[in-house]
Amino acid sequence: MSFKLTNGPIDASALMDGLRDAGAGAFVTFEGRVRDRNDGRNVRALDYEAYAPLAEKEGERILSEAVGKFRITGAACVHRTGSLALGDVAVWIAVAAGHRDAAFEACRYIIDETKARVPIWKKEHYADGVSEWINCATRGDHAGGAPEGAKGAR
Amino acid sequence: MKKWVRVSYFAILREQRGIGEERVATDAATAAELYEELRGLHRFTLPPDRLRVAINDEFAPWNSAVRDGDALVFVPPVAGG
Repeated sequence: MSFKLTNGPIDASALMDGLRDAGAGAFVTFEGRVRDRNDGRNVRALDYEAYAPLAEKEGERILSEAVGKFRITGAACVHRTGSLALGDVAVWIAVAAGHRDAAFEACRYIIDETKARVPIWKKEHYADGVSEWINCATRGDHAGGAPEGAKGAR
Repeated sequence: MKKWVRVSYFAILREQRGIGEERVATDAATAAELYEELRGLHRFTLPPDRLRVAINDEFAPWNSAVRDGDALVFVPPVAGG
């Protein structure tokens, strides 16, 4: 069971080796990748920032919950921090289980809970030069959405 | 007597504050009071109902007491994955 943050490319093969188990007949992985659009806007790159001590604790809690809820033999999750380009792997999850149903369900649980609970933030940089922290917009304000250069103008 | 706490900022709060961390002397009794104090000073755009608070690297209720030496983080809406 391990939830890790990394500011470099994710080494999936090493992580898979850690989940080898003679009783694991099913092995499910999920990769979340940087997409070129969000809410109709063209994304050119993004940055992830994490509150590392609490992100790793909350991530470990999610993996423990998955072990309690589903019949799995192991699970791992790695999330990137720093600057990512289109197509880069932002989050990688693997679940090993005796059978496929539990492996798929646990993998889904881990990605959903990670997105909802782990203190990691994403700043998207759009093709038009604007950048925004996702989910942080407030009324009458584009929450960090001022063009880079226009900061402090408010 | 004022308490000294360490406040760390992430993401939009870090940008709005202009720094990642600071020591703050405060009379605030609770985490909620401390956020209101800092929000007034630094014009943070996020209202407290959009944030969570962590004290000493664990999520905590907004009405948690602020104690001398505590490390606080106001956690903006998360967006991992």
